[in-house]
Amino acid sequence: MAGVVVFVISTVIVLAGALGVILYRNPVHAALSLIASFFGVAIMFISQGAHFLALVQIVVYGGAIVVLFLFVIMLLGVDREEDISEEPFEGQRVSALLSGVMIFAMLMGGIFLSGRTGDEAGDYGQAAITGSTGQVVPLTEEEDVVQLGHDLFTRNILAFEATGLLLTIATVGAVVLVRNRGAEDLVVDEPGTASR
Amino acid sequence: MGGHPFLRDGVDFGDVLLVLGIVLISFVLCLIATMLMVWFERKVVSRLQNRIGPNIAGPFGLFQTLADGIKLFFKEDLIPERADRKVFQLAPYLSLIPAFLTFTLVPIAGDFSNVSESGTAGSSTIFGREFLWQGADIPSGILFFLAMSSLGIYGIMLAGWSSGSKYPLLGSVRASAQAISYEAALGLSIAAVILVSGALSTNEIVQAQSGSLRQLNIVATGFVPFIVFLLAGTAELNRPPFDLVEAEQEIVGGYHTEYSSIRFALFFLAEFMNTVTMGGLIVTLFLGGPAPLFDFPFIDIMPTLGWFGGFVLFFGKLLIFLFIFVWFRATLPRLRYDQLMDLGWKALIPVSLLWLIVLGGIRIAQNGDLNIFDSTNANVALVLVASLVLGAVGWALLRAAMDTARDERLKEAGLHLTPVPAPAAQNAHAVSSTEGAGH
Repeated sequence: MAGVVVFVISTVIVLAGALGVILYRNPVHAALSLIASFFGVAIMFISQGAHFLALVQIVVYGGAIVVLFLFVIMLLGVDREEDISEEPFEGQRVSALLSGVMIFAMLMGGIFLSGRTGDEAGDYGQAAITGSTGQVVPLTEEEDVVQLGHDLFTRNILAFEATGLLLTIATVGAVVLVRNRGAEDLVVDEPGTASR
Repeated sequence: MGGHPFLRDGVDFGDVLLVLGIVLISFVLCLIATMLMVWFERKVVSRLQNRIGPNIAGPFGLFQTLADGIKLFFKEDLIPERADRKVFQLAPYLSLIPAFLTFTLVPIAGDFSNVSESGTAGSSTIFGREFLWQGADIPSGILFFLAMSSLGIYGIMLAGWSSGSKYPLLGSVRASAQAISYEAALGLSIAAVILVSGALSTNEIVQAQSGSLRQLNIVATGFVPFIVFLLAGTAELNRPPFDLVEAEQEIVGGYHTEYSSIRFALFFLAEFMNTVTMGGLIVTLFLGGPAPLFDFPFIDIMPTLGWFGGFVLFFGKLLIFLFIFVWFRATLPRLRYDQLMDLGWKALIPVSLLWLIVLGGIRIAQNGDLNIFDSTNANVALVLVASLVLGAVGWALLRAAMDTARDERLKEAGLHLTPVPAPAAQNAHAVSSTEGAGH
């Protein structure tokens, strides 16, 4: 019962945040909604017993990544409300709608084809995403972290290193892009005043 | 550890009451500690500057903070016309709530020489219920600190942005850049503690350190992570000498320029609450929190004193760090922006990264997973030599990269390093002294 209450509350937070991201005109408000959405996901992780993942979710996504978003928004002074009645790219909306429908269909298919409806607390999503009907072994927190680390650094070491390399390349790329010669200096602009 | 003592055999009404009581008490404690910290800081800074400091309100001026607080409550609450009203009103709470939540992680008392029947150290019993002397012992607790400190930045960032004026925005851009830069070093030094203690929850970290001087993390991690944490922690607090965020000589008051009344008081409260909490976390992570520094040689005094002995020890250790923070403020001039970035990216992060690798290597050698030589000591020595070589190579690469970047910048500016004629030397110097501005 308590699981259902937590699930409903966190779902409301996640969905409200997600709607806020696409409906707010102001990029800063949208970024704030994104944080709310990440928080809802973190609550879901905790209710599933994945404390480590929940905190990593907040540290990495809620903390670092959205801070960077906001930093860029503020530094570039693009924090004014935008006119979105025209499509930025042609066909963008149609393809976004199409992929949204497809992802929705995949998730629904996963839930109904897996034959598990999640009637027990703690069952939500597990079978739905993976489609597996096998027994999920519950872990304690310490085992969770230790197993995660062990798996990451032994079985998936290649993927781990590749990700590291990818991030390094991205960093170098960003530096190269920023340091193109003759570019004008960045101007710190005043916040959202143009449209008001 | 079998999870939190409360959750072991179901939750009933008494448990809920106890939790509510603990939360309330830790909130009040936190507020009182913050109030005293403000007084302490003003008093010590005054003494260090040959002044007397607050001495009128109450004994030793103890109630000065209270008086200031009451005054702030009754001031007019202003919202600038060009502010983003909702975010402007939200920001102080985004700053205060994480500050308070972090405080719940710090074990402030308890007898860690005594492990209870259920396998929890440092717990006490009230009405037949076992509890810990901290707001909440969260699993993966120390990560919660990182999460909260990264959320606390939002308060500052959004306050500056939503004010709709220049200086606060500059302050908040500085704040976010500084926080991003120093969070990595902070996280890496915490990782060293986790590696040595083998635990994530603060209770277990203290437990792992109780016993002898050698088990204290400040010794066990080899002092370097402690220094890194102290510096990065001070930077994370935006305290002097890292207070570029609110450098009053440059950007008025930084992010809180436009704030007045109770909203300003909330920022002020959050700042000092964070200072107390950071001191408490340093004590917890590196100095064994409420556990004694070493075994008292003659008398076994801790079990007799019970939780109170732990409280005295914790408070004593905490006071040292609070004094150090104030001392920093009174003695060190503010860093320049390029110095700030240099210290974070070119000193603290590489050093703590190397140190983490060294600690990991030593651990592997000690566990016997590395079998190059027969004796463990020889393997540890091998790891140390290998890490030194690695460190030297890494340092050389970093230097080379920095020198190349500098040469490139000078070339872009139309200057050449060698040979430097006399008049151009001044120019070259001028360029190199502002080189951090482009970071």
